[in-house]
Amino acid sequence: MMATLRALAEPNRLHIVELLRDGPRPVGDMVQRLRLRQPQVSKHLRVLSAAGLVDVRVDAQRRIYALRPAPLQELEVWLEKYRRLWEGNFQRLDALLDELKTEELKTKEKKRARAKR
Amino acid sequence: MKNAGTLKLTTPTDREIAMTRVFDAPRRLVFDAFTKPELVKQWLLGPPGWTMPVCEIDLRVGGAYRHVWRNAKGKEMGMGGIYREIVPHERLVCTELFDQAWYPGEALVTTTLVEQGGRTTLTSTMLYVSQETRDNVLKSGMERGVAASYDRLEELLVSIE
Repeated sequence: MMATLRALAEPNRLHIVELLRDGPRPVGDMVQRLRLRQPQVSKHLRVLSAAGLVDVRVDAQRRIYALRPAPLQELEVWLEKYRRLWEGNFQRLDALLDELKTEELKTKEKKRARAKR
Repeated sequence: MKNAGTLKLTTPTDREIAMTRVFDAPRRLVFDAFTKPELVKQWLLGPPGWTMPVCEIDLRVGGAYRHVWRNAKGKEMGMGGIYREIVPHERLVCTELFDQAWYPGEALVTTTLVEQGGRTTLTSTMLYVSQETRDNVLKSGMERGVAASYDRLEELLVSIE
């Protein structure tokens, strides 16, 4: 999973992955959209490929890259654990805040009742 | 859970991790829940089985706070820091360092509370000394109880499914 995070930590590579989520693309298309030179894009694609994030196929003269979902799904499982940890904290906080609101209401009602007397 | 918001995790810059969550309560109550030890102890507990036997908070600029968690097996984990900025009910800035920190330097944690129609949006941003440090925090993952995510990745994950 760290290979996935490291590969995605570079903004241009994250951008490439974002481009590819719409579907497979040839290298030339990505070069245009990223406004980078072809060797730079190819270098990033090699890193993504080594991390297992993209697959390449050759179609005539063109190299077409596609996203591989497996490493991203692994990452999602991990994120879900982190989210659950904090969500556990925050759900306890929700319950506590409800208690605090109820207490405040009671205090206000008492004050009002006292003021009426 | 009534109107419970969903937790949103982002990495706004390469040295930060941010969390956003909406609470169905006015912000002064949320602020209390973050700054009064008897309240903090009730919710800031992490994974099931952990309690917070020690919670000390000296709520003034330059004042210190300290949390110690303990699990059923008696294992302890401590964390603390110093308050740098305090705007009651609105904003808290403090340093944060775990006793057995697995990353260099302290994190600077900025918590802001924005209230609208009786509901409060909490944003908590952790700023690390370097990208390397933040990534180390990411790397350490769940077993340390601290980690983060890339929200753009989440969108990705959703679109891939």
